[in-house]
Amino acid sequence: MNEELAASWNPGRGLAAWLGEVRHTVIGIRFVVTAFAFFIAGGIEAAMMRLQLAHADSHLIGPDLYNRLFTTHGSTMMFLFAVPVMQGVGTYLVPLMLGARNLAFPRLSAYSYFTYLIGCLLLYAGFFLRAAPDAGWFAYTPLSGPAFAPGKRVDVWAQMITFTELSAMATAVNLVVTIFKHRAPGMTITRMPLFVWAFLVTSFMIIFAMPAVMIASSCLALDRLVGTQFFNHAEGGDHLLWQHLFWFFAHPEVYIIFLPALGMISAILPPFTRRKVIGYDLVVLATVTTGFVAFGVWVHHMFATGLPQLGESYFTASSLIITIPTGVQIFCWLATLWGAPIRFAPPLLFVLGFFVTFIVGGLTGVMLASVPIDLQVHDSMFVVAHLHYVLIGGSVFPLIGAIYYWFPKATGRLLSERLGKWSFWLLLVGFNVTFFPLHVLGLHGMPRRVYTYLPESGWSPLNGLATAGAAVIAASLIVTLVNIVASLRRGAVAGDDPWAADSLEWLTPSPPPPYNFAAIPVATSRAPLWESGGRLDFVSGLATNHREVLVTTLLEGAPDHRVPSAGPSIWPFLASLVTGVAFIVSMFRPWGLPLAIVLGIPVMFGWFWPRRLAARAPAVASREVAT
Amino acid sequence: MTWAASSALAPAGPQAARLAHLTWVFIVVCAIVYLVVLVALAIAIGGRRSTAVDERRRLRVVLAGAGVTALVLVALLIATVATGHGLNPMRGAHDVLTARVIGRQWWWEIQYPGAAPDQQVSTANELHIPVGRPVLLELVSRDVIHSFWVPALHGKRDLIPGHDSTVYIQADRPGVFRGQCAEFCGAQHAKMGVLVIAEEPAQFEAWLANQRRPAAPAAELAGVEARRGQELFLNGTCPMCHTVAGTRAAATQGPDLTHVAARATLGAGSLANVREHLERWIADAQAFKPGSEMPPTPLPAADLSALLAYLETLR
Repeated sequence: MNEELAASWNPGRGLAAWLGEVRHTVIGIRFVVTAFAFFIAGGIEAAMMRLQLAHADSHLIGPDLYNRLFTTHGSTMMFLFAVPVMQGVGTYLVPLMLGARNLAFPRLSAYSYFTYLIGCLLLYAGFFLRAAPDAGWFAYTPLSGPAFAPGKRVDVWAQMITFTELSAMATAVNLVVTIFKHRAPGMTITRMPLFVWAFLVTSFMIIFAMPAVMIASSCLALDRLVGTQFFNHAEGGDHLLWQHLFWFFAHPEVYIIFLPALGMISAILPPFTRRKVIGYDLVVLATVTTGFVAFGVWVHHMFATGLPQLGESYFTASSLIITIPTGVQIFCWLATLWGAPIRFAPPLLFVLGFFVTFIVGGLTGVMLASVPIDLQVHDSMFVVAHLHYVLIGGSVFPLIGAIYYWFPKATGRLLSERLGKWSFWLLLVGFNVTFFPLHVLGLHGMPRRVYTYLPESGWSPLNGLATAGAAVIAASLIVTLVNIVASLRRGAVAGDDPWAADSLEWLTPSPPPPYNFAAIPVATSRAPLWESGGRLDFVSGLATNHREVLVTTLLEGAPDHRVPSAGPSIWPFLASLVTGVAFIVSMFRPWGLPLAIVLGIPVMFGWFWPRRLAARAPAVASREVAT
Repeated sequence: MTWAASSALAPAGPQAARLAHLTWVFIVVCAIVYLVVLVALAIAIGGRRSTAVDERRRLRVVLAGAGVTALVLVALLIATVATGHGLNPMRGAHDVLTARVIGRQWWWEIQYPGAAPDQQVSTANELHIPVGRPVLLELVSRDVIHSFWVPALHGKRDLIPGHDSTVYIQADRPGVFRGQCAEFCGAQHAKMGVLVIAEEPAQFEAWLANQRRPAAPAAELAGVEARRGQELFLNGTCPMCHTVAGTRAAATQGPDLTHVAARATLGAGSLANVREHLERWIADAQAFKPGSEMPPTPLPAADLSALLAYLETLR
């Protein structure tokens, strides 16, 4: 029976099978690996900038290259690393945690990956052709407009945005439907793992936030290509409009990167404290609240533009309020840790690193929410410090913890704990040495995005210290990289459940078979692996001779019906290529879009052409779905 | 001199003082909160092990923590609104001096209004203000978005094309305060500095009166070399971008040079204004500030020396 299942879910061999792969485990790993590759690229750019800034009046890097470096660094970390890596982790883990065999729309996830990959390649092709964007990851008009940014640099940026956000939206829709309709029977919405809640809220945020920036980047591309005047004040356009559209996306973006990391923490704490997270309801409510309030704070990036004081006070208040739900989650985790029999393995160490570093970023965030303080520190090195404390402290620490935690599930091998501890301590020290001094530099007047500074400024010692810290961060990441490569070959075999954890992904072998679960488990509690007494019920009756998945009801998770799940297909890859043609040609010629429509119609026909179910042997008698 | 006080925590005027005060309040409150949370974390992971968990009691503690957080935030919000109130427009400002600050890629044009058009003063990268008197700055951008930031006097204010704005500053003591463009504005965003020079009122009036004088006519120039320098200046490429009041050089692409020798810096606050720097700046500004609009002007040594002699008369 399992052989028949494996045969049904096996994509086959060869290039076509590789390109046609639609299993979420494969797509998820592709996302994570690609995102980390670009994390390394973005890190190299950061290291080059830190070398240039190590002392005053350095002539290592000129202004033009420096401006391309910081723009590419910011764009890479936000659009090619942070969001895709989180979505990749979600793509890999959410179906496993739900006891599902695949995502709701397998082909859409393949399309999402290839579209993202083309966006990545576009930005770096631009970088190596000296056409990397140089107007900042925020691309404020008019500096990014046709008058002040001739050439194709900003077009590369604008279309890269459209690619990656399209990809993010596709994955978000996929995750929402999977979470709502493909949970294991018995997993009511209030029994869902907190990790899944975090991804549910994040996905909704992506669906609402990304259109703003896609519209903005498309309008900018139109201004540059066909002379629309959306952002030309002389023709009735408005530069503040760009800022509003951009930050309406870009502030929720921070939480889109941050909430999944909080979900990781909620997943990592139980096995290392031997207890469930205290305050499940509070953590869920806090996550949902954050998702809403995150859309009401964007103007705190624009305090220096001079809004009326009443408006500014409103956004100060909302930016302060958003601290409360995050605070509630932190308190819940402290309550969980309190007096627990803790095992200090690398995943937990990185979570503790989150507490030590992220809270600094959260508190400087409170300072930035205050208009008068923001007027001084806005666009200074202080903000550089703040945002790295939030993004590295808040997201990268838990993310690396998550790598140490789920690597055994994905590969079947454990990472070395000794190297993990080395990596953790190096990162903790290196990170703080690099970024804490930037707070002081900002308060002493050092602006952001400067390629050099005067020797008389007295900023050299702290900048030199920061550069030294960056070397320690690099060492930490190299240790983890070595750990990953070495453990893939020689790591200890993990077994199904090396951490004695509580959620469903640990029920299946490591790495999971192509069909995830030989039989779909029935979840009867929030920690099904802990509270079942080792005996879970299973669903029988799903077809094994073709890809079939179970659909359950939205709130109760009651079995509803069975549907075939899409098999391997080359069409998503071709659709991504057409998308690529559309966006890349339209950087140069307006007929890019009509061309894409002409090419896209046959591809859509191919994708959606009704086919006979690819059933293998005569179907095994399908029985009633039983719980 | 190119450098001067530029710390937000060493204020020299009433607005910056209010901002610095609030900043310290926040720093202290945030430091206390951080310590409390870290101590809680240390006790949580290092304290006594307890297997029995009274979840309801712990939840009450969590909610109490959220309540305390909310109270602290309300207090910080009140402090914020109280500080913000009266920053712009400046509360109780009278006898206000008005000046105009124009952001350009990559320098600051500073204008003081005059009773007649020829009484208007235009200078660059140097804002002179009288001590103790509020100054209303009209902020205008000619190209992209810039942000005017002199940390010792006030926070930032953006210069957005199409959205002219104003900001009040005031210096309480004489001194030189350095500012810098704080919104990324292109290739030379890094070298777009400005000096604010706060002087006693009499000194300021004398400076302003001097700025209103046109340059000396050719006949009054002392020395043959300076006179030849003026000829070189007027017949070369310089008047295509620069103004020297009293001559036919009247272009406004680059900084007004009528009193260039009296200024402290070259290249928007990034090079001390001494003969040797000026010489290098004229010969090849791109070597020092790549991307700036000033083209390289290779001249024979004798011509360059004459030109410098002329420019040094423009005091």
